[in-house]
Amino acid sequence: MSDKRLLLEVKDLKVHFPVYAGIFQRKIATVKAVDGVSFTMYRGETLGLVGESGCGKTTVGRTIINITKLMFHDAEITGEILYHMPNGEVIDFANLTKKKMRPYRSEVQMIFQDPYSSLNPRMTVQQIIEEPLTIHRPEMSKEDRRKRVLMLLDRVGLQAEQGGRYPHEFSGGQRQRIGIARALATNPDLIICDEPVSALDVSVQAQVINLMLDLQEEFDVNFLFIAHDLSVVEHISTRIAVMYLGHIVEYGGSEQVYFNPTHPYSRALLSAVPQADPDSGRATRTILEGDVPTPLNKPTGCPFRTRCPIARPDCANGFPSFEEKESGHWVACPYVEAGVEA
Amino acid sequence: MSQKSLLEVGDLVTQFKTDRGIAKAVNGVSFDVYSNEVLGIVGESGSGKSVTALSVMRLIPNPPGDIVNGSIKLEGKEILDLPIEEMRELRGNEIGMIFQEPMTSLNSVFTIGFQMKEGIMLHQEVDEATAMKKSAEMLDMVGIPSPEKRLNDYPHQFSGGMRQRVMIAMALSNNPKLLIADEPTTALDVTIQAQILELMLSLQKQREGASIILITHDLAVVAETCDRVIVMYGGKIQEIGTVRQVFKNPLHPYTHGLLESIPHPVEGSRLHRLKAIRGNVPNIMELPKACKFNTRCDYALKGLCFDVEPELAEIEPGHFVRCHLYEESTELTTKEKGIELSV
Repeated sequence: MSDKRLLLEVKDLKVHFPVYAGIFQRKIATVKAVDGVSFTMYRGETLGLVGESGCGKTTVGRTIINITKLMFHDAEITGEILYHMPNGEVIDFANLTKKKMRPYRSEVQMIFQDPYSSLNPRMTVQQIIEEPLTIHRPEMSKEDRRKRVLMLLDRVGLQAEQGGRYPHEFSGGQRQRIGIARALATNPDLIICDEPVSALDVSVQAQVINLMLDLQEEFDVNFLFIAHDLSVVEHISTRIAVMYLGHIVEYGGSEQVYFNPTHPYSRALLSAVPQADPDSGRATRTILEGDVPTPLNKPTGCPFRTRCPIARPDCANGFPSFEEKESGHWVACPYVEAGVEA
Repeated sequence: MSQKSLLEVGDLVTQFKTDRGIAKAVNGVSFDVYSNEVLGIVGESGSGKSVTALSVMRLIPNPPGDIVNGSIKLEGKEILDLPIEEMRELRGNEIGMIFQEPMTSLNSVFTIGFQMKEGIMLHQEVDEATAMKKSAEMLDMVGIPSPEKRLNDYPHQFSGGMRQRVMIAMALSNNPKLLIADEPTTALDVTIQAQILELMLSLQKQREGASIILITHDLAVVAETCDRVIVMYGGKIQEIGTVRQVFKNPLHPYTHGLLESIPHPVEGSRLHRLKAIRGNVPNIMELPKACKFNTRCDYALKGLCFDVEPELAEIEPGHFVRCHLYEESTELTTKEKGIELSV
């Protein structure tokens, strides 16, 4: 482990949103969107964060690039987000003010899910991709910026003359390419990809995934890949963390988690994914009962115990600690064995 | 085919008038839905799959849309000629429909019970108390706990999966022969999707002679739930067959491409690149001439695929494809060029 260079250390991250009600707007409850998440990212690897809607995966991503506070000013963020810069300097992003965060923004960029609402409709593609350069690289000359935009357009598979067009003239897949070019503009160290392909047509999805993998190599950038589609995450990630209701419940190498899911939730999640093969057999499927509980009223102890097929009474006593079931494969459940059916 | 047809769609053409000309959303689509079957229609955005379904329900907004040609027969009865009142009678009663986003298809200011009993009383001659009782039974059938109590709840008090259950209960409350489900699980999480698909299939098996048309972009959902599948692209059917035929022996280059572009994780072998279909889904206003897939097809033949639209031809019993590569006259040329189509 020691020869791997650290990129990001998230330690016991909690993001809580207070809920106010009544005429005096008293705080009546707290949405614990992220409730004690810790993980480590090394340079040169892609971490996949998977989970269903409401599990907190997007909030983790937004908090890392420090925009949660900008979106919800009363969000309560605790814990540490340690970013290890290439020169060895370490900065804690959690609770960094907007102004203090600014110098690091060019190092951490984001690609959004919706290629329609994440591009300013009044700006040309050229302007969209150039904007981060204007802000973060004021020392660059206009001509250099223009050259870089043209290079980026070429790398993401768009033609130079398309730079003068507006986002509405492009299809979903092409817009996502524009979003990728914008994220790469400042040559960042880390890109948070929040469901970058889920809004795209199947035939276009594969192109964008291939493009992202190629660019990752070319630009030497690290991805935190947030998605709900497990086979896409397996394809693109080196390691996978599975989230449920604000907690990571399992993490390990992407093949370990995909082919040998061990936490009862990961097992159910993987078995629910339909396969494009009529012989895959629906009969062996574990179908979970009920819905995901709301993060407003989370079960005590293990958050999954209300739907878990192997829950026991003592699961209510605190969040289970992680156990290393096989080398590098950690599971937050004391009652399962890796590779053994529950 | 010996199977009885429940719905026969013949040469359906549905167009939309826009500022930039006429959009041919559905351009000559013919297919049958047999009794007791689940028929999948797959396609990407703009393929015409949803417009086909809305045409069958005659829910195409006119203007700008219009069914300009074709026939749609439900149990031998032409429904395109029905007056509005009779069509209204048929909708919900004989054909039920479920939409993608349950929140927008339920009225948020009325309780679930009110909306359910309204549908039942419209189609069945029962009083309010009986309709409410029937509504509670339906909610119970789709697996909603304490159904009598939930009837008094508003749509926002249900989760996404529960709302889709309510939609299924509403659509089935008049026991329609045909259920059209347009992307019923696209907005749901996978664990909830598995529940809803399981529910739809088990209800379909319980109801004698009932059929489902399942419209989706997700090939995996089709593989696991349907009996037969139609692959649409550019407003036309490109391939029809049983699920086994189409997934095990896909004929059309587009179907091939779609199946290959899904990541299939294999243990111990990390594929770096996916096989993608090049180019973009064509804009419906600028569909290519002749074969609709020719702009993205690796096998497109000069002088043929760009000039002549192929016909839908039966290659093996029940398995049809719209592609020149399978015509006898072109077989030689493809072989000469060393093109091989196999997965």
